[in-house]
Amino acid sequence: MNTQDPSVGTYVFVFAVLLLLAALTTGIAYINLGPFNTVVALAIAAVKMCLVGLFFMHLWYSRGLARIVVLAGFFWLALMVSFTLADVFSRSWIKPPGP
Amino acid sequence: MSESAAGSSLAGTSGRSVSPALHHQFEDIEQQREAGNFGMWVFLATEMLFFSGVFTGYIIYRSLYYSGFAAGSHVLEVDLGAAMTAVLLASSFTMAMAVHAARQGNRAMLLGFLSSTIILGIAFLGMKFTGLNFHPAVDALRGAPEHTVELFMCFYFFMTGLHALHMIIGIGLLGVMAILAWRGKISAEHYNRVEVSGLYWHFVDIIWIYLFPLLYLIGGRYK
Repeated sequence: MNTQDPSVGTYVFVFAVLLLLAALTTGIAYINLGPFNTVVALAIAAVKMCLVGLFFMHLWYSRGLARIVVLAGFFWLALMVSFTLADVFSRSWIKPPGP
Repeated sequence: MSESAAGSSLAGTSGRSVSPALHHQFEDIEQQREAGNFGMWVFLATEMLFFSGVFTGYIIYRSLYYSGFAAGSHVLEVDLGAAMTAVLLASSFTMAMAVHAARQGNRAMLLGFLSSTIILGIAFLGMKFTGLNFHPAVDALRGAPEHTVELFMCFYFFMTGLHALHMIIGIGLLGVMAILAWRGKISAEHYNRVEVSGLYWHFVDIIWIYLFPLLYLIGGRYK
């Protein structure tokens, strides 16, 4: 169940899609989408990360243990980023007391 | 005595002999392999948090000094960055194939794919080195305050430098794997070392997957 081996064809296909996405993200940078340039670039990066993680790193074929570690990693990442940003971007909300 | 006889006959009928690669604390080779993978995944989770420190700093300063970051990003050669991305993705593919070959117990294929991964990794670092040679003119900064562009460059050098350090460690790791494979220490049964090295390599690839758009593509490249 967990040792199901992805075939060579799967690897070649995933690699081709990854190259296509890399070309796509570079190409889209030349089109003016306003603030959505960043959104699209990050969305493509997320898709590429999922492809590498699921197929090259075998998360698709693995048992729960590795997946739990990955989710835990992302959970702590989300905590760290969101709390830091909440601090930095809310500082101007309250005026410091003084003359 | 009858118990040991039953035990040995059980081992005999299930066809499971104790592998010399099995460490004594594990039940079987599959458990050993899973423990190895689990250890590498936990390490990668800590690596993720390690990198997220600079990523968080990047998010904050990019939102504070966007014009400087966009101007600094435009100094970088986007074609070179895209080519480096392609090379690194190719190295991840050859790494996945190396693990595949190790799992099949195919020594020649394993050596071939390990060395191509090492060569692609070195090619990536070489391309990065040529990309460091830039002397932006002041008018290239498009009116952004100079010190904010410098801040972007600090992030650029630190993030890609940290990434390059991981690449160098990864290349060393794969070199060790190649020596082990050459000596015939990697078998279809005992290939976990190649597998966890592969996990590390793919992780470093994922970091670059984010670095490329975050450093090279800020503010788009349209006129």
